[in-house]
Amino acid sequence: MNFFDHWALTGAIFVPVVGAALLGLVPRRSEVALKAGALVASLASLALVIYLMAGFDYGHSSRLQFVVNDRWIDVIHSHYHIGLDGISLPLLALSALMTVLCIIYSWDHFPEPHNPKAFLILILVLGTGMNGTFGSLDLILFFVFFELVLLPMYFMIGVWGGPNRQYAAIKFFLFTLFGSALMILSFLALYFKGGQTFDMIALRHTVAAASLPTATASLIFAGLFIGFAIKVPMFPFHTWLPDAHTEAPTVGSVILAAILLKLGTYGFVRIAIPILPHAAHTWAPWIGLLAVIGIIYGALGCLAQRDMKRLIAFSSVAHMGFVMLGIATLTSFGINAAVFGMVAHGLITGMLFFIAGSVQERYGTRDMSRLGGLLLQAPRLGWILGFCAMASLGLPGLAGFWGEFPAILSAYDPAAGLSLVTFRVYMAVAAVGTVFAAGYLLWMLQRVAFGIPKTEFEHAHVHDLHVPEYLAWVPLLVLIVALGVYPHLLFHITDGAVKVVTSGLHTAAGGVAAGG
Amino acid sequence: MFFLRNSWLIPAIPGACFFLVLFFGKKMPGKGADIGIAGVLISFLLAVATAVKWISMSTPRHAVERHVTWFKMGGIDVHAGTHIDGLAVMMLFIVTLISLMVHVYSLGYMHGDRRFTYFYAALALFTASMLMLVVAPNTLQLLVGWELVGVCSFMLIGHWWEEEINSAAAIKAFITTRTGDVGLMLGIITLFFAAGRNFDIAHLNRLALTGGISHHLLLVSGLLLLLGVVGKSAQFPLHVWLPDAMAGPTPVSALIHAATMVVAGVYLVARVYGVFFAGFSIGPHAGGINWVAAIGGITVLIGAALAFVQDDVKRVLAYSTISQLGYMVMALGVGAWTAGVFHLFTHAFFKALLFLGSGSLIHAVHSNNMSDMGGLRKRMPTTFWTFIVGSLALAGIFPLAGFWSKDEILLGAQRGGYPAFFWVGLVGAFMTAAYMTRACYLVFWGEYRGEGHPHEAPATMAWPLRILAVGSIAAGWLSAFGFHGFPSWVSFEVEGVTREVVHEFAFSVPYAAASLAVAFIGIGVAAGYYFRDLGPHGLTRRSSAARAGYHFLEEKYFLDRLYINGIIRSIQYPVARAAYWINQNVIDGVVNGAGFVSRMAAGFVYNIVDQKIVDGVVNGAGFTAEESGGILRYIQTGRVQQYAAVLFGAAALFALILVLTTA
Repeated sequence: MNFFDHWALTGAIFVPVVGAALLGLVPRRSEVALKAGALVASLASLALVIYLMAGFDYGHSSRLQFVVNDRWIDVIHSHYHIGLDGISLPLLALSALMTVLCIIYSWDHFPEPHNPKAFLILILVLGTGMNGTFGSLDLILFFVFFELVLLPMYFMIGVWGGPNRQYAAIKFFLFTLFGSALMILSFLALYFKGGQTFDMIALRHTVAAASLPTATASLIFAGLFIGFAIKVPMFPFHTWLPDAHTEAPTVGSVILAAILLKLGTYGFVRIAIPILPHAAHTWAPWIGLLAVIGIIYGALGCLAQRDMKRLIAFSSVAHMGFVMLGIATLTSFGINAAVFGMVAHGLITGMLFFIAGSVQERYGTRDMSRLGGLLLQAPRLGWILGFCAMASLGLPGLAGFWGEFPAILSAYDPAAGLSLVTFRVYMAVAAVGTVFAAGYLLWMLQRVAFGIPKTEFEHAHVHDLHVPEYLAWVPLLVLIVALGVYPHLLFHITDGAVKVVTSGLHTAAGGVAAGG
Repeated sequence: MFFLRNSWLIPAIPGACFFLVLFFGKKMPGKGADIGIAGVLISFLLAVATAVKWISMSTPRHAVERHVTWFKMGGIDVHAGTHIDGLAVMMLFIVTLISLMVHVYSLGYMHGDRRFTYFYAALALFTASMLMLVVAPNTLQLLVGWELVGVCSFMLIGHWWEEEINSAAAIKAFITTRTGDVGLMLGIITLFFAAGRNFDIAHLNRLALTGGISHHLLLVSGLLLLLGVVGKSAQFPLHVWLPDAMAGPTPVSALIHAATMVVAGVYLVARVYGVFFAGFSIGPHAGGINWVAAIGGITVLIGAALAFVQDDVKRVLAYSTISQLGYMVMALGVGAWTAGVFHLFTHAFFKALLFLGSGSLIHAVHSNNMSDMGGLRKRMPTTFWTFIVGSLALAGIFPLAGFWSKDEILLGAQRGGYPAFFWVGLVGAFMTAAYMTRACYLVFWGEYRGEGHPHEAPATMAWPLRILAVGSIAAGWLSAFGFHGFPSWVSFEVEGVTREVVHEFAFSVPYAAASLAVAFIGIGVAAGYYFRDLGPHGLTRRSSAARAGYHFLEEKYFLDRLYINGIIRSIQYPVARAAYWINQNVIDGVVNGAGFVSRMAAGFVYNIVDQKIVDGVVNGAGFTAEESGGILRYIQTGRVQQYAAVLFGAAALFALILVLTTA
């Protein structure tokens, strides 16, 4: 491996935080320099990710590539072990892209209190945390990055958030922290009981070799499950999400929805299932149950909202339910759908939060009973909202569909040994969830975009799209269409890697039921 | 073979036009209409060439299939492409023809509209989606086209979204059809696994007809697909969206009713007929009833009955469409595949004609209501004559298009062993003739009751009417007077299946005479009632039973009330609010309670740790700092220690559980 290949992934992870450190040296008054510096740092990270994508061997997407495995904390055998496969690559790309787009969007839109320096530094630190989480192959390293994400988001909500930001920020922080505690404990248990290593890849074999008692494996999985499920968030661990989203500044919401939620689902696919396939098999019906409850429950939550942003937040609960349903089937279809769903949800819900932010900026409110006629006052913004609502409700031809439909499909025929009846009931409930999704999204569209403006905004001067909005949104809109029309773009990356995730299950299923 | 192999161009061109109109339409001299018309004209010519090629192929004709890999995932290889056989060729022709007519007509009708360019963009996408559905070689591509058709109809029904009634109609259409789509989606999934992880339609038909899929699975998936059909093709009891969809511009109604959207459901049944045929045990003398035929038959009658009580001329036609779609579904249900498909074909001409004609009326009198019309036959001669041709064709009068296809359906029902549906069809024919007579009377005879001076439509609107009128007269002759063109070109054949699925019955003069007689009686009765003032007028005033019946019809069998007040409102308000209340109070209550308890516990730990290590600098600050201060102060006041405290508190608890349970 040449020098550049060796360092590219490390660079992609750490360039943002280095940029953040350098921004620290720039005086607060030189806003342009700060913005340009942040943009350059995030673009550099994205450029490295693009370099990685160009050099990635898609024919062997199951193989870890650009691997670096250096000594790090010898005393606990924790290594600086990073690498990419077909599952982490798209998510890393999404994360690097979102960081850039958020900085572009913020250009003229810095939330109050106006402090671009601190705000940009936080975005960049978040970038490193997110990129690092997707690149890590060592549990301790993963944990460090996973937690690194927490603090900037906490400050983003707590400082730049809405009226109830204190409560939301604390709730977000403590909720996630609680999950993290259980997660680190499970990591430790894996280390001590499963082969004295924190290496995610090695653990797949050593844990299998250690043949843990079923109860132990199950309990370790439970710890991981709660840790990740809070992040996803799955019903009933989701209540931090609407508050965090409602209060967070626009960019915070976008990053939260587009990337942070995926850290949880990614944890399932990368860590929990491959390392503990037996336990995953035991827990799968329960995960599926919570997933479909989330689909319906999230939709009902949406229908009860007046605040546009809170509605989108609840829709995330529903959408991540589809992702988790796919994962719970423990099949190749389901997990492919889940990874697709993660990317699609990142693009689409990220866009919806951008739009909600832009609506709030123009009208000073997100209360849907006061809004209306957006299409008349800002037609482009209105049409983009309509487009994203369609994408979000899973319209075929747009990205959302390929996360949703294959997930429902996979529930018809879950991994061997899982109850067919149970999962087919889940399938039917999830399918009904698509009607609900159409209901609340079109209802939102009707209240915000259709009709004529209410009296209070009748003569308001509403600017249609600004240049930063164009620049930040066009890449997302193009990707939503491109992935929707030609899903092969993503499936051909994930498919090979997903086979590895489910490969441990074949032996697992063999132990549980005849055939496989 | 060029045209058959490259038929992907037919949907691709309007698809490209959508983007062209959207991005460049406003800059074009015709504001985008020019792009749209040119595109659909090319598609139409290609469709004609495809049809000519297909007809000139030597028999037996084999479907021409072409595809590329769409995606590979989870061990399957899904294709996108074109599957061209007689059914597809027929649909390509009719969809592009009607779409072309609608495109041209809209030049006049939509002239000066506030969103003219956008309208043409949506029309192009609508056409492209339907064509993509038609050529689909597998159920997945079909589903994609199906949903895109749905979203386009949403855009077009809600075209004038400033008024809430229009956007509400659009949403109603979308949600209602999507309810049916749950069935479609699950049906496709069931069939996918039943067919050994395969979406291919020809493969599904083959397996279904050769016993490759158990009857039980076929019945289940057939019922699921049927739910999709009921939603999309506005069959009872999900027909409620179609009349409301009249909120859209009239050319759109013509397109929706004749060639896109609603016929998609019928097309689906015809396309995967093997599944329906085997699943519902359709076939000669199979016991006289099955779900498909029953749904279709009920829809024929309930749709026709509602057409009598409408004042809005478009709603008369909408209920007529529901009823006619019922005929098609019923025909497919009784095994008369060719008759059902043929009726789809002929109906497209006269229903498009009638809708465009009603658009011409509305354009002239600025009202949808027949109570604002009357006496228009002298003022709008072209509209009058073409509308009359369309009405006669719909009523099934010899030798117009509707006569031949409806006759085939009745014959198929009787000879195929479903005599009850023969009678349903006959009663339906009577009602059809009568309600169209009523509509024609109210519009064209009597005194003009509206305002202003209505004028004949401009040429861009009149010519499509004339062309469609010719089609409404002659389309039926493709299978008439002993000529078997249509049945030989468009037939249900599955490669590898020798068993004859579709039976043809020779034209029978007595049956034709009976159905014609019934239609004339229908016209006669209605004409007597309206023109000659015969019969029991004012019955609803005198008889409470009649009044109740009329009210029952006016309220559309109370189905709308059931759906909206009973189901949607209850989900939207009590159920959603209850769920949200639980969220805020129960689940969040637990969270906040846990937060409170751990805050106490953490505060306790913190104070101990704090007093032993930090010597009381931050005494009393604690978690209550969040009420008063900025974020940075948190760190100074020991937030990080609290982080550690919570982290380790939780970890210790979990460790304890782990040790206790695995010791």
